[in-house]
Amino acid sequence: MFKPRTFTPDLPKSSLFSRADLWLLLILIGLLALAIVAAEGAPATVQGPDIDLSLSALPFYALRSVGRMALAYGLSLLFTLIYGYIAAYNARAERIMIPLLDVLQSVPILSFLPVVLLSLSAVLPEAIAVELTAVVLIFTSQVWNMTFAWYQSLTTIPRELREASSIFSFSRWQRFTTLEFPFGAIALVWNSMMSWAGGWFFLMAAEIFTLGERDFRLMGLGAFLQTAADRGDIGAIGWGLLALVIVIVTLDQFVWRPLLAWASQFRLEMIGRDDDEAQSWFYDLIRQSALSQWFGRLAGSIDQFVGRVFRQHPAPDPFLDNSTQRRSALSWVLTVVGVLIIAWGVWSGSQLLLQVSIAQWGSIILGVGATMLRVATATTLALLWTVPVGVYIGTRPRAAAVLQPIVQIAASIPATALFPVLVLALIAIPGGLNLAAIALMMLGTQWYVLFNVIAGAAAIPQDLRFTSELLQLRGWERWRILILPGLFPYLITGLITASGGAWNASIVAEYVVFNQQTYQTFGIGAQIAAATAAGDFAGLFAATLAMIAAVVTINRLVWRRLYRLAESKYRME
Amino acid sequence: MQRGQTKPLVELMGVTQRYGRGARQFTAIQDVNLTIAEGEFVALLGPSGCGKSTLLRIITGLNRPSEGLVRYRGKSLDGVNPYATIVFQTFALFPWLTVEENVAVALKARGVDDATAHRRAVELIDLVGLDGFEQAYPRELSGGMRQKVGIARALAVDPELLCLDEPFSALDVLSAEALRGEVLELWTGGSLKIRAVLMVSHNIEEAVFMADRIVVMDKNPGRVIAEVLVPLPHPRDRKSDAFAALVERVYAVLAGQTQPEAVEYGTEPGQSGQTRLLPAVSVTALAGLLEQANATDDERDPIARLQDELGLDLDQLLPLIEAVELLGFARVESGNLILTPLGEAFAEASIQTRKEIFASRLRRLPFFRWMLRMIAAADNQSLRWEVLLTALEPEFPSEVAERQLDIALEWGRYAELFAYDDAEGRFFLEAPTVAAK
Repeated sequence: MFKPRTFTPDLPKSSLFSRADLWLLLILIGLLALAIVAAEGAPATVQGPDIDLSLSALPFYALRSVGRMALAYGLSLLFTLIYGYIAAYNARAERIMIPLLDVLQSVPILSFLPVVLLSLSAVLPEAIAVELTAVVLIFTSQVWNMTFAWYQSLTTIPRELREASSIFSFSRWQRFTTLEFPFGAIALVWNSMMSWAGGWFFLMAAEIFTLGERDFRLMGLGAFLQTAADRGDIGAIGWGLLALVIVIVTLDQFVWRPLLAWASQFRLEMIGRDDDEAQSWFYDLIRQSALSQWFGRLAGSIDQFVGRVFRQHPAPDPFLDNSTQRRSALSWVLTVVGVLIIAWGVWSGSQLLLQVSIAQWGSIILGVGATMLRVATATTLALLWTVPVGVYIGTRPRAAAVLQPIVQIAASIPATALFPVLVLALIAIPGGLNLAAIALMMLGTQWYVLFNVIAGAAAIPQDLRFTSELLQLRGWERWRILILPGLFPYLITGLITASGGAWNASIVAEYVVFNQQTYQTFGIGAQIAAATAAGDFAGLFAATLAMIAAVVTINRLVWRRLYRLAESKYRME
Repeated sequence: MQRGQTKPLVELMGVTQRYGRGARQFTAIQDVNLTIAEGEFVALLGPSGCGKSTLLRIITGLNRPSEGLVRYRGKSLDGVNPYATIVFQTFALFPWLTVEENVAVALKARGVDDATAHRRAVELIDLVGLDGFEQAYPRELSGGMRQKVGIARALAVDPELLCLDEPFSALDVLSAEALRGEVLELWTGGSLKIRAVLMVSHNIEEAVFMADRIVVMDKNPGRVIAEVLVPLPHPRDRKSDAFAALVERVYAVLAGQTQPEAVEYGTEPGQSGQTRLLPAVSVTALAGLLEQANATDDERDPIARLQDELGLDLDQLLPLIEAVELLGFARVESGNLILTPLGEAFAEASIQTRKEIFASRLRRLPFFRWMLRMIAAADNQSLRWEVLLTALEPEFPSEVAERQLDIALEWGRYAELFAYDDAEGRFFLEAPTVAAK
């Protein structure tokens, strides 16, 4: 079961927007504008691949989809280790890098899809650009929580363990293999699992992306499902979904569960206990085979070899060093170059924004409002069914044993894979795309809420439940005094992730090419897609910025406050 | 045993440690001069927050002092001292390594090859009496056994200076006692290379039991206030009069003497002069101490006995004593606690009367006088937490200021001097209902 976690760095309690936020906003605007400028050279028509609906083609498509995921995940892991390490050990860099991560994790990633697609296809051959965009998109969806997890574990290593490593003169490599990596391993594996699961949503979205004359589809399971829906081929849809579920379950059983079981040796609690979440039959099998000994020997000799190289360089632990750091010449140069690039981006971005007419701004603002209504409807609907069901499952261990696996399988299907099917079913009725958009938002987000409600209901202390029984709290009173306050922190965590996901979904949900015909409904997601299709770069820039600004503002004004309230008032201790 | 040799091993000269800068600077350790000679077992004793652990980290080279000089065998120390090692309070074992790997890892860091490291680790595990547990993980061991692993790992690097950072305070009473004996045996046995031991402790009996010399420290700022020699031969008898006399002597040094009121109170925040820090104790614990002291017929209660009866450790007892002194409930004279008539009255009073007595005492404290004036002067006689915090911050580092407000909040709420709304984070002046009754 994946538990979504949101990271909240220490931010000033009093003000909602700090000076750092202003800088970050400028950086973001700058980067986005640079990408838009690059995008202006994108080709006007893009030929998509032919998708073969025969069964024999499925394994090939599945492999290509998994390949994209694996490539993106590899990049994410590399980025995580490096970025987290620098942020944790360089106090100066930390002050920029951590707030930047915080903003990036709350930005709707899919809103970048058109910009990234266009700018990459302007500079690279089309086939490579589209593949790269998918990888970049999955990467940006996977990387933030992993980086936070790694950064957080680096900064929470107990001081005495650091001191022990220092007093026994560990080299940097030894510190990494003996202390830092083992300490972060569990968080890293958990977050990798979550990121991987979340990555499917974006992979499917990227694989089916089409705008007017530009067909950016990719050979893969997503495109297979979309083509099947296009042609109304119910059989192929079924096979496609089956293949997707098989791939997801296989990876879970043969990669993630074993990894989790392996990582459980790094748990920190000093009390012995069996963690049934970290059981894996496949891992047990590997452990008994000769393969694991071979792996162990290989790891041992790598460790020795690298260790020998590092031993010449004693590494004082920057965490224990209380002397102030000097700014190096390199960091000065980097800062100046960075500021120049950003300034140029901001300047060209503001030139672009000047081209946007007042009327266009008006419709952008209305579009944000329309999408916001859809997001609110979808999350409310999700709440309405997940709270009672989640509380039912969470408070009954026996029901949980039966229902949990079913819920997990259902949740593992990325909503974007089902979207073409939804469109097929709903497009004929009036307002159908509107319904389909809300349904997609719900599909993508309800599971986060459900899992959190289950976890929250299960976490209500037994003593409190007994007490409320002794007090004979019934019906609404019981919900008001016991259940809802107990759920509150979990609900908030679930809803933050859910609303983020819903905003993301708007890009693919509000503008659809189905059977060579374009359907759209009014909203900011449709405006971004339409501007991309029409080659209106100023409009694309303005709409993307508006969406990001809306989401970040809502996060700060609503979700972060509620999160703080949950942390301070409704925490069970 | 090794006494008589007086070659200095470690010398500290004018060591000062400060944190933060500008107005919020905080002095953790001030001007410490200390010499540890070869053959000595020195204990650093003091209340929590006196900087004794920081001093240990400066001596081992983990921390660099803001000012002053650390010399080891006459040479000034730069970086971690390779001849020193630490046994940590929380053991600091790597939970994912077995007992043997935990010991061997220290050897491998020094470039010892795998086979030798393995052989040496097994020998050391044997030495501390853990044979048979080589392949166990720390989580499978009891606290006492874990600390034995910590000791074996420390011995693995053949240290000259063995530093013990409150090594027994995370253990249960019986394991702690057993392990104290074993450490002394290792030290007095003389078969190891160790030239000196430095132990940080907040347990007076432990220090008198083990050390040749006790360096007593006090806080605000952390400094050495006394040195007590322990001229007793090992093994020491805790029941002997000489032992008891030494323990009482150290208590007398640590608890100090009650000062005149003006000195005890200090000045208000914002005024010149030292603002007295409120000791971090709960009202319940304070009442418990007064009741216990009032329960005996004697007027004078030796603090050593009170600590025993209450089952508190020094870090819990010293702030309590500070609090009852500050509030005028008791005086401290040469290691004895003497209740004042007010203290006796409090101990015997009803719930409501206790609150009244407490309130009347709080109103005299400069900190509360200042706080009440601030709240009374504000609009609607209510003030946000942050405002008070900001007002305190020029005086203290922000964590200290927050802590002080927390304590003041608990005391003031109990005394019904003011009310506090947690959701809004606001202080309110309470209507004077208490006085009306």
